Amino acid sequence: MATSTTTIQRVKIGEISAARKISTGIIEIFVGIFIYLVFASKLAADAMTKFVMTPGGVSVGKMADWIIPSRLTLIILTVICIVIGIYQLIKGFGKATNGLMGLVFLCFIFSFLTWQASGKSLNLAGMLSSSVLLSVPIVLGAFSGILCERAGVVNIAIEGMMLMAAMMGAFMGSVLQSAWLGLLCGVASAILLATLHAVLSIKYKIDQIISGTVINIFSTGMTSFISQKFLQVHQQLNNPVMFSRITIPVLSEIPLLGPILFNTNFYVYLMIILLIIIQVALFSTRWGLRMRSVGEHPKAADTLGINVIKTRYMAVLLGGIVAGLGGTFFTLGSVGRFDEVMTAGKGFIGLAAMIFGNYTPVGALGAGLLFGFADSLGSKLSLLGSAIPSSLMSTAPYLITMIVLAGFVGKGHVPAADGKPYEKEG
Amino acid sequence: MKTKKIEKPDITKTVIQELTKNDQGRKQKRGFWKTVEIPLLAILTGLIIGAILIASTSETVYAAFATSFWNGLWTALKEIGTAYWALFTGSIGDPATIATAFKSQNPATIRAAINPFLESLVQSTPYIFAGLACALGFRAGLFNIGVEGQLFMGAAAATYVGYSITGLPGYIHMPLAFLAGALGGALWASVPGILKVTTGGNEVINCIMMNYIAYRVTTWLLTGPMTRPGTGGMPISPLIQKSAEIPQFFQPPIRFHLGFFIALGFAVLVWWLLFKTTWGFNLRTVGNNPRAAKYAGMSIAKTTILGMAASGALAGMAGANEILALNRSMAIGLSSGYGFDSIALALLGNSHPLGVVLAALLFGVLKNGATRMMVVSTIPIDIVTVIQAMIIIFVAAPAIIRSIYRLRKPSTEPLPAVTLTSMGGGK
Repeated sequence: MATSTTTIQRVKIGEISAARKISTGIIEIFVGIFIYLVFASKLAADAMTKFVMTPGGVSVGKMADWIIPSRLTLIILTVICIVIGIYQLIKGFGKATNGLMGLVFLCFIFSFLTWQASGKSLNLAGMLSSSVLLSVPIVLGAFSGILCERAGVVNIAIEGMMLMAAMMGAFMGSVLQSAWLGLLCGVASAILLATLHAVLSIKYKIDQIISGTVINIFSTGMTSFISQKFLQVHQQLNNPVMFSRITIPVLSEIPLLGPILFNTNFYVYLMIILLIIIQVALFSTRWGLRMRSVGEHPKAADTLGINVIKTRYMAVLLGGIVAGLGGTFFTLGSVGRFDEVMTAGKGFIGLAAMIFGNYTPVGALGAGLLFGFADSLGSKLSLLGSAIPSSLMSTAPYLITMIVLAGFVGKGHVPAADGKPYEKEG
Repeated sequence: MKTKKIEKPDITKTVIQELTKNDQGRKQKRGFWKTVEIPLLAILTGLIIGAILIASTSETVYAAFATSFWNGLWTALKEIGTAYWALFTGSIGDPATIATAFKSQNPATIRAAINPFLESLVQSTPYIFAGLACALGFRAGLFNIGVEGQLFMGAAAATYVGYSITGLPGYIHMPLAFLAGALGGALWASVPGILKVTTGGNEVINCIMMNYIAYRVTTWLLTGPMTRPGTGGMPISPLIQKSAEIPQFFQPPIRFHLGFFIALGFAVLVWWLLFKTTWGFNLRTVGNNPRAAKYAGMSIAKTTILGMAASGALAGMAGANEILALNRSMAIGLSSGYGFDSIALALLGNSHPLGVVLAALLFGVLKNGATRMMVVSTIPIDIVTVIQAMIIIFVAAPAIIRSIYRLRKPSTEPLPAVTLTSMGGGK
C-alpha cells in the first residue's frame, strides 16, 4: 500500500480554459434570451411587480416597498446578460469569470421572481431573511466538511452527526430546560460519532465513504428509535427551550440589512463567528498550514515532523463539533422539536456547498446562502401559486448541486490526499 | 500506489501482472468456516448490541434494578428474551404451532403456521434485488448509494405500464411492467454514471442528490400526471391491471409470491454475468484495478456507465416487485430505506450474489420479526436499522471483530470486495 511517488498536479487557481471561456459565454447569452422569451415577452406592458422590503413581524429597520414595472425590468436584465455573454465570448473576463457567471445567475433569479410576482406582491426581504436561516445548517455542514477534508478525511457522515445532534439537542434541551445545555449535549453526541468515524477511517482504514454511510444509517436508526421510544410517548421530552432572537442595537435599524443580519437567530451570528475563526485558522496560522499539508501530502508532512494521524483525528473531531452545532440548529434554533429524519439531506447539500465553495469557508458561505435561497424560493413560490409544482421546484437545490459537481461552474481544488488513508512506511 | 510510474515500455507484462495481482488473495482456498467467520460473528455482535439497547432503554428494567441488582439483571434478560423470541416467532414461526399444524395434516393449517417464514421470504425479496444492485456496483468500483431513488423511479415506471396498458395477456403484461421498472431504474442510475465518466463528478454525492430528486419527482407524478382519478390529488396512483400483477401463490393473508423466485433467478443471472462472461470480467477488472483495465484496452467509460445502469436496473426491479406483487398501486413512502440497507447487504455478502441472497434472507427475517417484536414488546422497528449499522461496521472492519473474539489474523488477508475511488480520487 506504500505510496512510492506521489505527484501533485495542480491547476492554477483562476486559470480559465478556452473551452470554458466559450461555453460560459454561450450559457450567459442563452440565459439572456431565455429571460426575454419566457419571462418578458408574455407580460402586459403595464404590469407591475411589488417587492416588500421588510420581513414580517419586524418593527425596526423598515424599508419602503419597491414597485417596479415588470416588463421593462426584464428587458434590462436581458440586455445585461447578453452584454456580459458577448464580452465573455470575445475577450473573456479571466479571473472574474465565475463572479460574472454568478451575476448572470442572480439576474436570472431576479427576473424569475419579477415574472412570478408580476401583478402580485412578494416579500423579498422575508425571503432573504429565511434564506439566511435555511442556509445555516448547510453552511455549518460545509464548514465541518472543510475541516475534515482539508486534512484529507472525506466525511459524508455530517448528515448523521447533524441528525444525532438535533435529537440530543431537543431531548436534553427539554430535560435540562436549557438551550445552552441542549446545545452542549447535541455537540457531544456529534463528537462521539465523529470519533467513531475517525477511528474507523483512520485507525481501521476502512473506506471513508463506507464509514460515513454507516454512521448515517446508525444515526437514522438510533434517532428514530429514541424518538419513537421516548420523544413521541412523552411530549414533554420533546419540547426544548429555544434560543431567542438577538437584536443588536443600532445595526438592526439599517433598512433591509438590519432585520436580516442583525436582528436574527443566535445561529446566524454563530455562523459568522465560525466563518471568521475557520478562515483565519486555516489560512493564516501555522496550525492551519500544518493541517492543510496533511491533506495535500501527508508523507511530506510526516517527514517534516507533523503527526499525520493526530492531525487527522483532531480535524475530524473539530468537524464533528461544527456539524453538531449545525444539527442543534434544527431543534433549538428553528423548529423547536425533533422530527424523525428532519435534517432531510442538509448535511449532503453542505458537502456540495463545500465543493462549490472551493473548500474555503468564504466560498462555502456563499454557496450555502445560494442553496438556502433556492430552498426559500421553492416554498415562497408554492405560496404564490406558481405554474411550476412545488414538489418539482424543491428539487432545485439538488439539481444545482449536481450541476456544480459536474464542473459547469468550474472545478475547484480538491485536497490531493482527500479520502486516502495514511500508512506509515515501516 | 495510484501514481506508480511504469518505467519499462513492456505493457503486456505489466497488464498480466496487474490483472493477476488482485486475484491471488481470492484464489487461495480458504476453509468454509474462515469465510463465514467474520460475517457470522458480526451478526452475533450486532444482535448483542441490539440486546443491550433493548435492555438499556426499557423502563421496567430500570424499575427492577431499583429493587435489587439481581432482580434487575433477571428482568433485563427476560426483556431481551421476550423481544428476541418475538423476533423469532414473528419471522420463522412458533415451533409449537408448526408442530401441531403438521400433526393435523391439514395443508391450510400448515400454511398458516409457516406463514411467518413465508412472509420473511416476501420481505427479503426487495432486499435481494437491492443488494444485488449495490453488489454489482461495488464489483465495478462504483458506490451506488442511489438505490433508493432508482427504486422509486423503477416503481413509478412499472406502475405506469401496469395501469395504463390494457388488454394484454398476463404473460406479456407482467414481464413488460417488470422490465419497465428495470428500465426506469437503469435510466435513473445511468445519469450519475454518465456524469462520472464525462465530468469526473463523484457518483456518491450525485446519487444522493438523485435520491432526493426522485422522491420529489414521484411526489409530483403521484399528485399530478399519475394520480388516481377521484381522490382529489391524493398522492396515490391508480390500481394496476390484473394482468400486470405478479401472482401470489396462496389466498390472502399469505402473500408469498413469484417475485421471490424471480429474485433468485436474477441472483443466478448476476453471478453468471459477473463470473462467467467477458463483460463481467471487464467489469470486475475495472472495479479492481482501473489502470490495468485501461492498459488491457477495456473501455472504463463504457463499463462504468453500463455497470451503473445494470445496478440501477436491479434497483428498479426491487421497486417494480413491490408494486406488482404486493402494493398493486404506488403511494408515497413506498420504500423504507432499502437504498441504505442495500449497502449493508452488499458488504455483508461480500458483493457475491450468493452472499447477498443469504444476507437478504437475514434482513427479511429481521424486518419481519421486528414488526412482531414491536407489537409484543413495544420496541420501535428502527432497532433493526441500528443492528444493521453495527453489522456493517463489523464486516467492514474485521479487525474489531478479531480483537473482540481474540481471533488470529489470517495469514493471507482476503482482499476486500469493495475497492472504491474516494471523493478526492476523482475518476
